Order: sequence, then structure tokens, then C-alpha cells
Amino acid sequence: MSMFWTIWISVISLGTIFGCYVLLKWCLSNKTGVEEGVSMGHEFDGIEELNNQLPRWWTILFYICIVWGVAYLIIYPGLGGFKGVLGWTSSNQGVLSLEESRLALQQDIEEGNINEYALQIKYANEQFDPIFAEYAKTPVEDLAFNDEAVQVGKRLFLQNCAQCHGSNAKGAATGFPNLTDDDWLYGGSGDKIKETLVLGRRGAMPGWLNSMGEDGVAEVVAYTLSLSGRDVDTALKEKGKARFAVCAACHGMDGKGNQLLGAPNLTDNIWLYGGNEKSVTQTLYYGRNGVMPAFNETLGEDKIHVVAAYVYSLSNTQ
Amino acid sequence: MKNPHELLEKNVGLLTILILIAISFGAMAQILPLMFDQQALQPVKGLRPYTALEMEGRDIYIREGCVGCHSQMIRPFRSETERYGHYSVAGESVWERPFLWGSKRTGPDLARVGQRYSDEWHRVHLINPRDVVPESNMPGYPWLAENKLDGKDIVKKMEVNRMLGMPYTDEDIAGAEAAVKGKTEMEALIAYLQQLGTHLK
Repeated sequence: MSMFWTIWISVISLGTIFGCYVLLKWCLSNKTGVEEGVSMGHEFDGIEELNNQLPRWWTILFYICIVWGVAYLIIYPGLGGFKGVLGWTSSNQGVLSLEESRLALQQDIEEGNINEYALQIKYANEQFDPIFAEYAKTPVEDLAFNDEAVQVGKRLFLQNCAQCHGSNAKGAATGFPNLTDDDWLYGGSGDKIKETLVLGRRGAMPGWLNSMGEDGVAEVVAYTLSLSGRDVDTALKEKGKARFAVCAACHGMDGKGNQLLGAPNLTDNIWLYGGNEKSVTQTLYYGRNGVMPAFNETLGEDKIHVVAAYVYSLSNTQ
Repeated sequence: MKNPHELLEKNVGLLTILILIAISFGAMAQILPLMFDQQALQPVKGLRPYTALEMEGRDIYIREGCVGCHSQMIRPFRSETERYGHYSVAGESVWERPFLWGSKRTGPDLARVGQRYSDEWHRVHLINPRDVVPESNMPGYPWLAENKLDGKDIVKKMEVNRMLGMPYTDEDIAGAEAAVKGKTEMEALIAYLQQLGTHLK
């Protein structure tokens, strides 16, 4: 803030406070021409206005407020560019990028500046970093048996993951996977779960309506449903099997899927977008595009490690 | 001697004028300097103007009263940044007219909701929030998926915003109507939501 505005703000703020003091002083002297305690000459319904002094307790409070106001403006930032004698600030407000913000925060923490936000972060880092660092030493598969870590992971899960996967982690029938059934699109090892969290995932099932036509899709649907033991029209199924070669590129010849591509296993009767004929037909008609957002920015690697332990625990220790 | 205060007490017009002058000191100290303060005027490095579709989505956000339950202002407390991400900074809002900071959080803050969920999640959630979040008490907005935009006013909206400082090019404005016409309100709102808070990079 420029010098001009600092002076501008200071003159108005301090001038106003001084003005209040003058006004109060002025009001305390009797200028009415009527003696104290005597009627001002108004009367309504038997009620008279007497010429009384401002109440003493109120006057004292007013003086205290004036002193308080001046003291505040000396100690804390309030007068334009003047930062106050403490150098107190709430946070780094002028930052223009995340990198700039990170460096400024780090500098405040190292120099011990009175930046309220930096102090909170510093305190939290001192409290929690050692805990997460300790957890990070244990592989996800073992950490899943550490009750305390799993509880921490659950908290983080409820905060960040439950919106899509549900607070019970059982997912939703509209394309948000159940995480408790030990059926994995991209793999269920600790490392794979972490990879999913760090990088995010983009599922891409193309639509086949244009190239296969309605009849073609109906055949493939019949064959697909038969893979998980459903009763289907045999003739349709046989035709569908012939067409399945293009599907096999991702889902495999046996339909058991491919975790490298995130292609689901079609033989286990677990369905991400619904397993009735209508839903499967929709999937084949228009394709599906599942999105798992990346959480590296939001959570950081150490917290992801603990969330992964919770997710791993859901289908391996309970 | 006559009481000079009586002049004010018996003259309501004069009293009004003097009250306005007294209040204006506050505005002159608190509001006026910010209009010239670089920190409040300089965009963050990644800031870009809204696309035509996002601009329409923003107006739907306003129309449906989202701001009544969702703030767009992450305060600089760890308890907020742990949940929502980096606190909001002035440089993200320099082109916002009007601000949608809000002051009520019945639902969560949305200042950095962009890219946090998939488009599909938003679609399902806006039609019926309980399909994905059973505990939610947010109302559903199923009509958004049916109403189509006609793009009638978008050129005017963008021109007004350009006049106020949003750096639109002539091409942006020329292609605006075609870019939004026939899209659903749902698509527009999701486009708006998906960019929220993503410009501070």
C-alpha cells in the first residue's frame, strides 16, 4: 500500500477517534442553559425530560474504547501500510501462485514470524508429522493391521473420499466402486491403491452403438451376461461370443479383465454401472468414462499412505 | 444561551446529511483505498476469464441460490485449508462481479471444488444428491438436465464484463452464442463448478 493511502487511512482513522473524544468532552459540559437535574420543559403523559449528565459508567466505557482503539492500531495492522509493532499478520494474502505461497509459508515458519496461519501449520507439523512419518515406514499391507493408523485413515477417507465411495466405502451403483469387496479395477495391493490415489484414474470404455448396431450390442450383452452365469438366449450368446474379440482387447479373451487398463472382470457378477440387461446395454451403447481424481495435491504422500492402509483394511482385515 | 444541539434534534434533513458524512469516513478509510490497492487488483498468475459456458453456469448458480448455502471463501485457518485446500486470495476474485463469497455454510465451501469430483459425479449429485451422498440434505435440481440454453444474452454479458475488466478477445465474444446454444443448464453449471479455485496454480 502506497504512502499516500497509508497517510490517508491514518488521518481518517486517528482523526475520527480524536473527533469522538472531542465530541464526548463537548457533550459532558452543560450547554443547555438549564441547571442540572431540572426539567428541560418537555412533558408528555406525565413524563418529563430532566437535564441529566451522561451516565458515569457509560462515559468511562467510552474512554476505555478510545484507549483500546488507539492501542489496537499501534499493536496490530490497521493503519494502511503500517504493520503494527508486533508485525502480526493473518496469512500471506498477496501470493499469486501456490509455489509462491509455499515458499512464503516456509519462510514465515523458519523465521518464526507472527503469521497466524503459519503458526497453526507449524504447530500441526510438529504434532502430526512424526506420526505420519512413523506410519510411512510400515508397508500399507502391514499398516492395515494398526488400528490407530486405520482410524486416522478412516477420518481422512470420510473427509475426502466418502462423497463418491460412500461413508461406508461401499460405493454407489452409478459408477463409484465399492471398496470393501476385494474386487479391484486397478489392483488391490498397497502400492496399486496408492498409485490410484496419487495419480487418479481415467476409465475409458468406448461406445459400440455405431460400429455394432443395436442387434450387435444385444448379442454381446447376452454373451457378457452369460460370463457370470446368467441364463441367456443361446443363439444370441453364440453370436455375441464371435463379436467379443474386440472386447477381449481390454477385458481379455476369458472376460476376466485387465488391471493394467482398469478393465473390469466380467465374470464375477460385480457390476460398476449395474448388471441388469438394460444397464449393460447402456454401457455398450454409449460407453462409460469413470474418473478418479488425483489426490496428491490435496493430501500429500504421507496421508495417502494412511488412507491406502484404511482402504486395504476394508477387504483384507475385517 | 440556546442549546446548539437543538438544531439537529429538530431538523431531520440536516441530521441525515451529517449522519451520511459521519458514515462516509468509514467508507473512505476502508473501501476507497482498496480500489487502488495492487494486492486487491492483481490477478493470480493462472487466472483466465470464464468461457461462455462457464459464464452461463455462473448465472445458473446465482439463479438457483446456491450462494445461500455454499460459501466460496476459504479462510486462512488450518482447519479450513485441511478440508478445502489453499485459502482464498484476493487475486482470484479480481474479475468477480458480483462476488459469490457467501456467508452461510449449510453445505460445504465450494471455493476449490473444481476438479475434485468427476463431471459424472456432479451430474448424478445435482439430479439427486442422495444417490451419492445418502446423508445429504441438499435439494435436487433435476430440471437443469432438461433446460436448454438459448445463448440469447451471452454476448451482452461478456461485453459488459469486458467493459469492467475481464480480458475477453473479440473471438471469444463472437463464438460465445454458438458455444452455449443447445447445451443444457446442467452442462453449464458443471463447467462453472469444475473451474472453481483451479486458477491459483
